Amino acid sequence: MQLARQYDLSWVEVEGVASFYHFFHREPAGRYTIYLNNSITAEHSGMADVKAAFEEATGARLGQTDPTGTFGLYETACIGLSDLEPAALINFQPFTQLTPQKVKALVWQLRRGVPPELLADEIPQHIQHSLPPEQAVLLRPFEPGQSLEPLLQLSPTEALEQIEASGLRGMGGAFFPVGTKWRLCREQPGDEKYILCNADEGEPGTFKDRMLLQYLPELVIEGMIHAAYTTGAQEGWIYLRGEYRWLLPGLKAALAHYYASGWLGAEIPAQEPFRFDIHIQLGAGAYVCGEETAMMNSLEGLRGEPRVRTYFPVERGFRQKPTVINNVETFAAAARVIELGGDHFASLGTSQLKGTRLLSVAGDCTHPGIYEIEWGTPLADVLDWAGAESSMAVQISGPSGECVNASYSHRRFDWDDLRCGGAVTIFNEERDLLRILHNFARFFTNESCGVCTPCRAGNFIFSRKLDKLSKGLGRADDYVEIQNWSNIMRQTSRCGLGRAATNALLSAIENFPGYFAGYFGKQDNKLKHPFALDEALQDYRNAVGRTLGNE
Amino acid sequence: MANTIPIIINGKTVQAQAGQNLVDAIRDAGTFIPSLCYYEHIQPPLGTCRVCTVLVNGKPTAACTAKVRPGQKIVTHTQELEDVRKGMVEMLFAEGNHFCPACEKSGDCDLQGLGYRLGMEASRFPRLFVNRLIDYRPERMVIDHNRCIRCRRCVEEVVTEDGKAVFSFVNRGKDTRVDIDYDEEPKLTETEAMRAMHICPVGAILVRGKSMARPVGERKYDQPAQGWEKAEGPIEVPKPRPGAPKKVVATTSLAGCFGCHMSLLDIDEEILDAIELVEFNRSPLTDIKQFDRRCDVAIIEGGCCNSENVEVLRAFRENCDILIAVGECAIWGGLPAMRNVIPIEECLLESYGRTMNLEDGQVVIPHHEDLPELLDQVYGCQEIVRIDHFIPGCPPDARHIWKILKHVLFGEAYVLTHEEFKYD
Repeated sequence: MQLARQYDLSWVEVEGVASFYHFFHREPAGRYTIYLNNSITAEHSGMADVKAAFEEATGARLGQTDPTGTFGLYETACIGLSDLEPAALINFQPFTQLTPQKVKALVWQLRRGVPPELLADEIPQHIQHSLPPEQAVLLRPFEPGQSLEPLLQLSPTEALEQIEASGLRGMGGAFFPVGTKWRLCREQPGDEKYILCNADEGEPGTFKDRMLLQYLPELVIEGMIHAAYTTGAQEGWIYLRGEYRWLLPGLKAALAHYYASGWLGAEIPAQEPFRFDIHIQLGAGAYVCGEETAMMNSLEGLRGEPRVRTYFPVERGFRQKPTVINNVETFAAAARVIELGGDHFASLGTSQLKGTRLLSVAGDCTHPGIYEIEWGTPLADVLDWAGAESSMAVQISGPSGECVNASYSHRRFDWDDLRCGGAVTIFNEERDLLRILHNFARFFTNESCGVCTPCRAGNFIFSRKLDKLSKGLGRADDYVEIQNWSNIMRQTSRCGLGRAATNALLSAIENFPGYFAGYFGKQDNKLKHPFALDEALQDYRNAVGRTLGNE
Repeated sequence: MANTIPIIINGKTVQAQAGQNLVDAIRDAGTFIPSLCYYEHIQPPLGTCRVCTVLVNGKPTAACTAKVRPGQKIVTHTQELEDVRKGMVEMLFAEGNHFCPACEKSGDCDLQGLGYRLGMEASRFPRLFVNRLIDYRPERMVIDHNRCIRCRRCVEEVVTEDGKAVFSFVNRGKDTRVDIDYDEEPKLTETEAMRAMHICPVGAILVRGKSMARPVGERKYDQPAQGWEKAEGPIEVPKPRPGAPKKVVATTSLAGCFGCHMSLLDIDEEILDAIELVEFNRSPLTDIKQFDRRCDVAIIEGGCCNSENVEVLRAFRENCDILIAVGECAIWGGLPAMRNVIPIEECLLESYGRTMNLEDGQVVIPHHEDLPELLDQVYGCQEIVRIDHFIPGCPPDARHIWKILKHVLFGEAYVLTHEEFKYD
């Protein structure tokens, strides 16, 4: 109400924005607000017990606060700590590898008044696989300013040529050539241009951007500086997901250091000295804000809905001005390109994808963490390094990616094979595939921005379909329907969220035909459809029983 | 015309204005393209409903979100595209709670009109039956969230004199809905309020006392529309071929009101000719209670709300070659499915909890071994058995029923008229 008056908006508009974001509460959410990760990896690591322990220790039920308002207990989508599950955020501080005992001790400490900041877990760098110096791009020694020195010798055009020569593509998942994007922005008329760093790493299972922002923020900042130098933009923003608020002090300190060194601000030393400022904006819990145009809306203070694609961001982006938006890893890699030279970068990888990629490996393996691999590396090698045993499936790029059969040893990370967006989540033979897919469907049902029909209704319809399958009520027709419905969502959804939402399901059915044969058409006789009559009558029987006092 | 450029629509070169919205360009070229959210003057276009999806240079695109550009190649009609667009309309029907016979906007509703136009007999998607609010709090309006398709027209278009939005999207994901501002709504003038109701493509925004102003029969989709045949004389029944055996037909009314049976009988004296051609077996029309021979065709009215309905339907599937679901109830539950958004226990307590108290105040829900037990929801017939044909309507037009019946029994070709294809 107060906000509405302050900004001269109607109350319902403010409500519209606030209700879009998971971390905005309309009611007090406790002095200590606890968010439990509900991703599949958290579920597999024992989140159910941790949740029960929190409920018992705090007296709060999931989705509520305890009667005194001390603790609020909520679920949230992946918080970027898949290598350290089960994990939770308490007042946006990270708590990892939780056990019921640890939870009990933790809540006791909080009740005694120890601030969460002091209790929070240290998040390790967790690098499990790095490349030898001649191959490594991102994970190699770095001194702040290292990649900025070459700028003294390079004009903006020459710097851009280096990026173009490198063949670097966007690491956020769309793989658009970075040099082309920067050039398109450079060629746009006008002085008001923006550089946006997409640090809204929301795809469940990925956490490599977290590591970069925590341990190599300077590399990311320098990548943004290069983007500004080459495009002529004077202002940049880092859109940091709310789940990573605990990274904010480190990031601010890094920015302060760059301002103090003169590498940010009014006169940045280069062959053509330039001006560039970087601000940080926190997200508030909305997966879809990782979509670039949704992020721009969110930055502008609106609901984080993807825009209608009338213009590309390089034409009209943030504030309707030409905007370069790249992901954290992309900026880090761009800085390395300037430092090491475009040709060196282009000599790595495959003919279609140059350089290296950071993988976030998690799930059923002994070495979860960060892996730097050269493009072209076989999946089998990664599983081997990770110590994954009796693996059944590997989810590539999170729920919106492909569900690969772990025994397919010929698959590699490359353009026309596993074009991985970062997440590699491993499931062993004890896991139930349908339950995994169910978790994904629930995720999309909640995280769709809700604007377009196919994504809002389609994901909901799909989660009902999976309910039906898991009850053993599948029919041979269901596979045909799933294909038809997916095709509809792919062709009509407004952004990538809806278009990719059924990738995991479709690829799982394709890659695990034996498993699904048990679900499709088990009790099919073409004329009579499977229908659980007794289950459908149970509610009535219970109601009658209760009124008779039988229960 | 200034700045006219050639583009290719379905293989034909046509002239269009550069920068013109593609929906308009396609329509100007005389090609039909459905739309729901599209509203010419809203910029940028809303692009929410996606029913205008076409191929632009081979890529599926919502036509309303694209503009005419040089060299464009547009394909509007392929089998797949038509299926996808129809799927979108079906999805909207499945997502909301659309009870056409009970809706003030029926006949004026764009969603309904598009269902007719695209020939949607049954939604391929199961209805979601989410309990949604009917908001009576606004001073002048009623907002029925069951019907809203979240097209966003009202959000963009309805503002007060001092420029404040009256409607806004709230929440996200499956819970996304359009809320109204209770403080701003009373500031709208009568004309503005009426306009809000009119730009709503469905019956979600109603102005109290004004929603039935246009009488049924004179509404937008009551008029014969382009693409439909005109209705013609009496229903003709084929002449019986000498010596040909009579076809055997069975009928039943499950969770229905017998209205569809009434409609079936609504072909007046032609029914006498029909009797020469078919013989009724198990049916309320003959009062035969059990099958005593195999039937060619069964007409199923009503959905399944209890255990007996399920048994009967399964028996029909076993004893009949072809099953025709007649009417909305048989297709997806229809009006009885209004209870699907409420747990069965609440429904029962509402019905019996306050009326049939024994002396000790105990509530009794009717139950007896001879009484059928109630299902948790009312199910459409195809959830229980395979259904071969669907005839929508509440009730369907007699002509529609007989055309399908003749087609199924005697292989006659048929064309439906606009008047015959209705959901209410």
